[in-house]
Amino acid sequence: MSSIPIFADEAWRLPSRGRVGMLSLIIGESAIFTIFVVAYVYYIGRSAYGPTPQILEVPIFNTVCLLSSSLTIWLAERAIEHGIIRRFAAWWALTILLGIIFLAGTAAEWRRLIFGDGLTISTNLFGTTYYSLVGLHATHVVVGLVMLSLVMLFTLLGRINQSHAERIQVLSLYWHFVDAVWVVVFTVVYIVGR
Amino acid sequence: MADQTLPISGSLRAAQSRRATALEWLHSWVVTVDHKKLGLLYVVYSIFFLLVAGAEAMAIRIQLAFPHNHFISAEAYNEFFTMHGTTMVFLVGMPILFGFANYLVPLMIGARDMAFPRLNAFSFWLTALGGLFLYFSFIGGFGLYGMGNAPDVGWFAYAPLTAKAFTPGHNTDYWALALIVSGFGTLGTAINIIATTLSMRCRGMTLFRMPLFVWLFLVVSGLTLVTITPLTAAQVMLLIDRYLGGHFFDAQAGGSPIVWIHFFWIFGHPEVYVLVLPAFAVANEIIPVFSRKAIFGYPAMVAASVGIGFVSLTVWAHHMFTVGMTAVGNSFFVLSTMVVGIPTGIKIFNWLATLWGGRIRFATPMLFSIGFLFQFLLAGLTGIMLSVAPWNWQLHNTYFVIAHFHYVLVGAIVFCIFAAIYYWYPKATGKMLSETLGKWHFWLFLIGFHITFDTMHFVGLLGMPRSIYTYEPDRGWNTLNLVISIGGFIQAIAVLIFAWNLIHSYLRGKEAGNDPWDAWTLEWSTPSPPPSYNFAVEPVVRSRRPLWDLKHPQDPDWKYER
Repeated sequence: MSSIPIFADEAWRLPSRGRVGMLSLIIGESAIFTIFVVAYVYYIGRSAYGPTPQILEVPIFNTVCLLSSSLTIWLAERAIEHGIIRRFAAWWALTILLGIIFLAGTAAEWRRLIFGDGLTISTNLFGTTYYSLVGLHATHVVVGLVMLSLVMLFTLLGRINQSHAERIQVLSLYWHFVDAVWVVVFTVVYIVGR
Repeated sequence: MADQTLPISGSLRAAQSRRATALEWLHSWVVTVDHKKLGLLYVVYSIFFLLVAGAEAMAIRIQLAFPHNHFISAEAYNEFFTMHGTTMVFLVGMPILFGFANYLVPLMIGARDMAFPRLNAFSFWLTALGGLFLYFSFIGGFGLYGMGNAPDVGWFAYAPLTAKAFTPGHNTDYWALALIVSGFGTLGTAINIIATTLSMRCRGMTLFRMPLFVWLFLVVSGLTLVTITPLTAAQVMLLIDRYLGGHFFDAQAGGSPIVWIHFFWIFGHPEVYVLVLPAFAVANEIIPVFSRKAIFGYPAMVAASVGIGFVSLTVWAHHMFTVGMTAVGNSFFVLSTMVVGIPTGIKIFNWLATLWGGRIRFATPMLFSIGFLFQFLLAGLTGIMLSVAPWNWQLHNTYFVIAHFHYVLVGAIVFCIFAAIYYWYPKATGKMLSETLGKWHFWLFLIGFHITFDTMHFVGLLGMPRSIYTYEPDRGWNTLNLVISIGGFIQAIAVLIFAWNLIHSYLRGKEAGNDPWDAWTLEWSTPSPPPSYNFAVEPVVRSRRPLWDLKHPQDPDWKYER
C-alpha cells in the first residue's frame, strides 16, 4: 500500500480554467439577453400609444465601429501572443477608441430620441423595451471598456508581457461576446422591429 | 479500515501554533478563500435560515390549525408564506447545496482548491448580503402596512400585484434586489464549479471516472447558468417598471402580466431541478457505500442526469395550465413534463439495483437516503398526475400542489441534505454525529413528514386553496388541518434534535478518523478535517473508486473498468 501506481494518461491536459470560466459567464449572459430579446420581440407593435419604432434611424456607422473592434482586438491578441508589446498596445488602444465611438454614437441617438421625439423609458411600451435592451447592451460595452482600459493602463505602466497572453485572450472573449450580441440586438431592433 | 491512515494523502501536519484569539479566529473566517471554510460558511448560513424559515412555517401551521384562528393577522400571514418560500429556496436550498459542492468537489477530484478561490469568497458574501437584505425588510421595509413590512406578494411575485399601484413602498424591492444580489453570487459559484470540474482534476481523473456527485454538480451548475439569469433579467424588468415607470407588465400600456409568469417559471421550474439534482448527487454517493457495492449503471446515471438537465428547460408552462393556453401549448407541456419521468425513473431503478444484493448498513445517512428514495418516487407520481392538464385545472393552487412540491423539497431534498450532513460531518469536523440522536431525528422526522404531507394531499383534493390565512369551519377541513399542524410540530422537534446533535457531537462526539464509513472517493483519503492544502501529494486515479483500489491492491477496479 505505498501509493497508487502511475501509468496511463501520460499527457494529462485540461482546458484552461480562465476560458472555461469566461465561456460559462457568456452562457449565463446569453440567457439574460435572450429574456430581454424575447420581451422585445413579443412586444413589437403592442404599444397602446406614443412613438413607434419608425422613428429609429439605423446606426450603420456605429455598428461598423463596434464590429471592427472585434478585428482589432484579435490583432492585439495575436501581437501579445508573439510578444510584440508595442503593436499590442496600438491595436488595444484602437479597440478602446472604437468602443468609445460606439458609446458616443448611442448617446447621440438617445439624445435625439429623448429631446427630438420625446421617447423615454416611461413614455410607452416601445420606449421601455427599446431602452432596456439597447441599454443592457450598452452597459456591457461600458463594463468591457472599463476592463480594457485597466489592461491599457497596465500596458502603459509596462506591466504587460507575453506571459499574460492567455488572460488577455480570455478578456477578449468577453469583448467578442459583446460584439456578437450587438449583431442580435441590431437585427431585432433595427431590422425586424422597424 | 476505519482508523487506517491512507498514504496518498500524506500525513504532513503543520506545526501547531499557539491558540488563536477570538478576533483572529473570526478574521480568518471572514477573509478566507479556502473552499472548505467557504463550504462550511454556506452550510452554517443555510442551517440558520432553515431554522428561521422553519419557524415561519410553524407560525403558518398554528394559524391554520383551527378555522377562524387569530394567531397572526392576515397581513403577517402573507409576509410569512412569502418569506418562508423565498427563504427556503434561495437562502436554504441553493446555498446549502452549493456549500456541499464547495466543500466536496475539489476534494473528490483531487484538487487543491476551486478554480477561482477569490471569486468563490466573493460569491458567498454576495449570497450572505442577499439574505441579510431580505430579512432587513422585517425592520426597514416600508409597505402597504407601514414600516416593518416584509415582502408579501408570494415567492413568485405575480404581476400585476407587484406593480407600484398595488404594492406601494419598498418591500417588493427588497425581494427583487435581495434575489438579484444573491443570484449573482449563485452565478459566480456555478461558473466556479464548472471551471473546477473541467480544469482542476488530478491526474487520471477523466470525466468518466469522476464520482457521480461531481457529475451531478456539473449538470446543476450548467443548468444554473441558464436558470438563475432569466430571473435576474425579469427582476430587472420589474424594477424598471417600479422605479423608472416602465410598462413591461403593465396591461394598460400594452404590456402583459402573463409574460412575467412565463419568465418566472422559465426560472422557476428548472430551479426545482437545480435543487433536486444535488439531492441525487448525495444519494449517488451514500447508497453504494452503505450497500457495499459500486453504483449500478454509472453511464446511464450520467446520461439520465444530463437528460433531466435538458428536458427540465422545456416544461415551465405546466405551472400555467390555468392561465389559459392553446390546446397545442397545453399538450406540449403535458408531454414534456411526462418525459421527465423517464430519466428520473432510470435513476430510481439504478438505485434499487445498487441496493439489490448489497450488504446494507442502516446507519443514519443510509436511513435518510432510503426515505428519500421512496418519498421521491411518490413525489414523482403526484407530479405525473399534476402534469395532466384537466387534472391540473381541477387542483391548481390547492394544497394538493403544495403537498406535491413539499414531497419533493422536503421528502427528497431535505432528507438528502440530512443524509449528506450525517455522512460528511465526520470529514468536516473530525467527529462522528451521535447515531442514537440521529435515529431519533430520522424516525421523528419521517413520521412528522408523513403526517403532515400525506394529509395535505387530501385537504387539497377537498379543495382547500393555497395562500389563504383562514377558512370557514363548515368545509370539512378542520380535522385534517389540525393533523397537518401536529405533524409539523413533530418535524420541528426532530429538527431541534438534529441541531442539538450538531452541537453536542462537535463537543463530545466520537473521533471519526480518516474514513469512518469505509468509503471509496478521494475525500476520505485526507485527514478529518482535511488540511488547508487538501492533498500533500497530488493523487493519481485509475478508476471510479480510487480508495477501493488502494485498499484492495489484489482486486482493483481498474482491471474491470473500461
